[in-house]
Amino acid sequence: MATMPASASDLLKSFKLKTKQQELLIRVSILCLVYILAFITRLFSVLRYESMIHEFDPYFNYRTTLYLTENGFYDFWNWFDYESWYPLGRIVGGTLYPGLMVTAVLIYRILRFLRFAVHIREVCVLTAPFFASNTTLVAYFFGKEIWDSGAGLVAAILIAVCPGYISRSVAGSYDNEGVAIFALLFTFYVFVKAVNTGSLAWSLASAFGYFYMVSAWGGYVFIINLIPLYVLVLLITGRYSMRLYVAYNCMYILGMLLAMQIRFVGFQHVQSGEHMAAMGVFFLMQVFYFLDWVKHMLSDTKLFQAFLRITVTSAVAVGGIALGLGMVSGYISPWTGRFYSLLDPTYAKDHIPIIASVSEHQPTAWSSFMFDFHILLFLFPAGLYFCFKRLSDATIFIVMYGLTSMYFAGVMVRLILVATPAVCLISAIAVSTTVKNLTVLLRSKNKVVQTGSTKGSGGSKSSSKALLDQSQPFQKNGAIALLFGAFYLLSRYATHCTWVTSEAYSSPSIVLAARGAHGNRVIFDDYREAYFWLRQNTPQDAKVMSWWDYGYQITAMGNRTVIVDNNTWNNTHIATVGRAMSSYEDEAIEIIRSLDVDYVLVVFGGVTGYSSDDINKFLWMVRIGGGVFPVIKEPDYLVNGEYRVDKGAAPKMLNCLMYKLCYYRFGEMMTEYGKPPGYDRARGVEIGNKDVKLEHLEEAFTTSNWIVRIYRVKPANNRW
Amino acid sequence: MEARIRARVNLALTFFALLFFVAGSSPPRQFVISNAERRIDLSSHIINVHLTLKVENAGTRPASEVVLALTPTEVDHLAMVDASAIKGKRKKTTSLRLEVKPTELPDAPPIDTKYFTIYLANPLNSGESTTLEVLYVFTHFLEPFPAEIAQSESQLVFYHDTALILSSYHIKQQTTFIKTPSTKVESFIRMEPTNRVGTEIKYGPYEDRPPYSISPIHVHFENNSPFAVVEELVQEIEISHWGNIQVTEHYKLIHAGARHKGVFSRVDYQSRQSSNGASSFRYLLARLPPRVHSVYYRDEIGNISSSHLRTDSLKSELQIEPRYPLFGGWKATFVIGYGLPLQDFLFESSDDKRYLNFTFGCPLIGMVVDKLTIKVVLPEGSTDPSPVVPFPVEHHLEL
Repeated sequence: MATMPASASDLLKSFKLKTKQQELLIRVSILCLVYILAFITRLFSVLRYESMIHEFDPYFNYRTTLYLTENGFYDFWNWFDYESWYPLGRIVGGTLYPGLMVTAVLIYRILRFLRFAVHIREVCVLTAPFFASNTTLVAYFFGKEIWDSGAGLVAAILIAVCPGYISRSVAGSYDNEGVAIFALLFTFYVFVKAVNTGSLAWSLASAFGYFYMVSAWGGYVFIINLIPLYVLVLLITGRYSMRLYVAYNCMYILGMLLAMQIRFVGFQHVQSGEHMAAMGVFFLMQVFYFLDWVKHMLSDTKLFQAFLRITVTSAVAVGGIALGLGMVSGYISPWTGRFYSLLDPTYAKDHIPIIASVSEHQPTAWSSFMFDFHILLFLFPAGLYFCFKRLSDATIFIVMYGLTSMYFAGVMVRLILVATPAVCLISAIAVSTTVKNLTVLLRSKNKVVQTGSTKGSGGSKSSSKALLDQSQPFQKNGAIALLFGAFYLLSRYATHCTWVTSEAYSSPSIVLAARGAHGNRVIFDDYREAYFWLRQNTPQDAKVMSWWDYGYQITAMGNRTVIVDNNTWNNTHIATVGRAMSSYEDEAIEIIRSLDVDYVLVVFGGVTGYSSDDINKFLWMVRIGGGVFPVIKEPDYLVNGEYRVDKGAAPKMLNCLMYKLCYYRFGEMMTEYGKPPGYDRARGVEIGNKDVKLEHLEEAFTTSNWIVRIYRVKPANNRW
Repeated sequence: MEARIRARVNLALTFFALLFFVAGSSPPRQFVISNAERRIDLSSHIINVHLTLKVENAGTRPASEVVLALTPTEVDHLAMVDASAIKGKRKKTTSLRLEVKPTELPDAPPIDTKYFTIYLANPLNSGESTTLEVLYVFTHFLEPFPAEIAQSESQLVFYHDTALILSSYHIKQQTTFIKTPSTKVESFIRMEPTNRVGTEIKYGPYEDRPPYSISPIHVHFENNSPFAVVEELVQEIEISHWGNIQVTEHYKLIHAGARHKGVFSRVDYQSRQSSNGASSFRYLLARLPPRVHSVYYRDEIGNISSSHLRTDSLKSELQIEPRYPLFGGWKATFVIGYGLPLQDFLFESSDDKRYLNFTFGCPLIGMVVDKLTIKVVLPEGSTDPSPVVPFPVEHHLEL
């Protein structure tokens, strides 16, 4: 604004805007542009492919949303799903976070009411970008609250395009995280606002924000642990105030009561170990309040010190005993495996293979930090420095949020998402403060130059210049250079974000695209081919067995019953499937028949070179199966600690059901010019067992690029 | 082309059409057929029978109603019947379309014969003769045998008919030609003189057969043409105030040939295409009006990427491929949608009414439609709509 050209400012003057109004206008228009940018940058996938739901979990969300639109809320709440976890079934209403579905249906109803004849699918596809846009607004207000409106604007811009967030909120990525990040940031913002103002209204708003977060995503546990931790830190650093007391108590009590309305969460707030910290801090607050009151009543400091010691000791003792009793009696449930694996990254690997098997639960590599944050990774420490320089209740919060979420982001890849808003906000503080300091320098110089030129005397100019910058000789040039550097970095960031979004995060993963020999785009639509075949050409009540990754997609797109799906609630059931896949065919058929399975579906990338197929996932089937059924021993499948499929593979590997189903008649197939038949392009080897014979299963369907293969279970032979 | 559209339409409407019986008939014995030639084309699953009759009035009074006889099974599978009179000789022939209506005759002969009456444009005087050309189109008439085939087998079907043309008149001389799609004919019943050359089987000529004489025959032959049947088609035509017609067609497609049995092997299907899945089909061709725009082809789970659109000034051709090849008994549902410029189809008349002139039927070629529903969504503010269809249809107004 300072360097606005004269003509533009004349133009603005003709509109008779005061400086403040100009500033407001610019701020509002920047926010509007950011709002739009955040939405459209997430539309790559729609433009490249089509308006479709991505990945795995979103298909379940889509299916439930469809059910909600068709059958209404009460049926949805009481829905018992017979199509998954056969023969157990799943109580869907009680085992999901309904926030996302209810939000989408609400948007859908509003649009319908406004006479927009949209399909619910379009609403679902665009829900995540819409909420991402809203998140930018929240980020602006949050930044304004903790620093100033400049930092808020920068935060909004940074978060609008940050790949860490985009990875989970592109159009079609209809997942809980899409709305949950909005809810998370909103809750934090409103809570900080409540702490800053001590207003009951703001803390009430934060309780509702928390309620929305609880209804939307299991990540609410982060809020219910971070906020008490923050309160605790404030207490320790002697920043206890009435504002804090009001904000926390109102938020905690109301938030807890509201959260209990979500069936999946239920009484966990008072019964689960993960929520106990919040309750402990709640009681601690009461003790503090009581002590404050006593201190107020007692004028004697020595007496108060003694009283303080007794009270704190007894309070901690009572709390500890209550917690211990609760744990022992089983009233308070211990921490879950997921929670443990957050605190100890090696825990899942040793104890819960099913958590470790998910790629997004792996510890984060440095490269993916760089990929998702780019320059924010360097700006983050700088921002922390500025925060520490200007400590307040709000900056303490953002520092704590940043540090804890960075730790979690390091533990699990998917939690980069939670860290993204904090990183953006803190980096925004760094950018905004730096740029502001530099422009202040430049502006003061400019004034000098202007005054000097009006005076028209070179001597006075140089003298006033010398007066101003006594400390650094090339301050102006340095400032300009630094400003250019900052803008260069920011422009690199924007380029990087766009590139990452378009290249890495906008693939639906249902439809695969590759470059053909002539540079043309080849589309592999095999998943939908197979699912649609299942939907049209198998009996309505057919049971399909596959690895759990594909469960949601088979029920949503294939409309057929599955044995296991992505809601991995029953480890034994999954292990049974893993055991069937890793046994010999005649052993596997017993399990298959006992599960009443009609079709077996495997994903195979050997023809196309698609690497995330079932053979590459096979080690987890063995490991998970072996975790429950000791008959499956991992070393049987390994050769020198390696999984192989070529001639050097272990005999059990070459004859297990998964191998047979993937490579059935693959030995006749020429996949690549100049290679022998049966050359597996995904693993780059010639397969070891080309003569695969199936006894109890028969090929029912194989897609055009062989990515999905479906086998029919033959009826049992008559016994004589 | 028009005949084909009518074929499909009539199929859907046969049952309605049959309700409109016309009472009253002329004595059947009045005519004598001096020469009858029948050409039966079995190359696809839609059977076209061209019947050329030379009719002579042997009675004493002028008559104008010629009666055609069909067996009940034929009537059940009859999609359409069309008749025309041939005038002129050799190369200067002109044909005149004649009205055909289903009839019931009071003095029904032994078998449950069904009748259609052709109304001649000019009554035929005693002793005069005329040439009539009749086209029958039958659907669902070929019976796959064996009813289930494996992937490597080709599809064999039975065609049942009679070597002698069923007629209520005396036929002096008749010949029947049956054209099969290939030379692979498993068996056929002979009735001398019978002669088979290449893809054609010739029955006759037979001389002086009395009325209602039949001689059942069958032909068992290979037919690998796509037995594509649309079980149900719902076509929505939405007229917009903004100069656009949006057409949405919901298809339920099935391969109605011999059912697929056992495994489907992709490696065989890909590497030995000539001998594998011969009766399956992959491509469908839709002929859409010219200047079509915003064409899409999708199903419940998203866009189907395998489609191509070719447009020129006269027509647009949309080639679509279902997600997977269709074998016998396999189904696929899909939706085709497209927009059309309104001015090509909407006309304004002087009496302040507007007419939408739209082709009735299914744009997919070589397709049998079992059930067709057309919904026309009128723009807001329209009043008193009424359909004009050249054949009886059931229609109602939804508000």
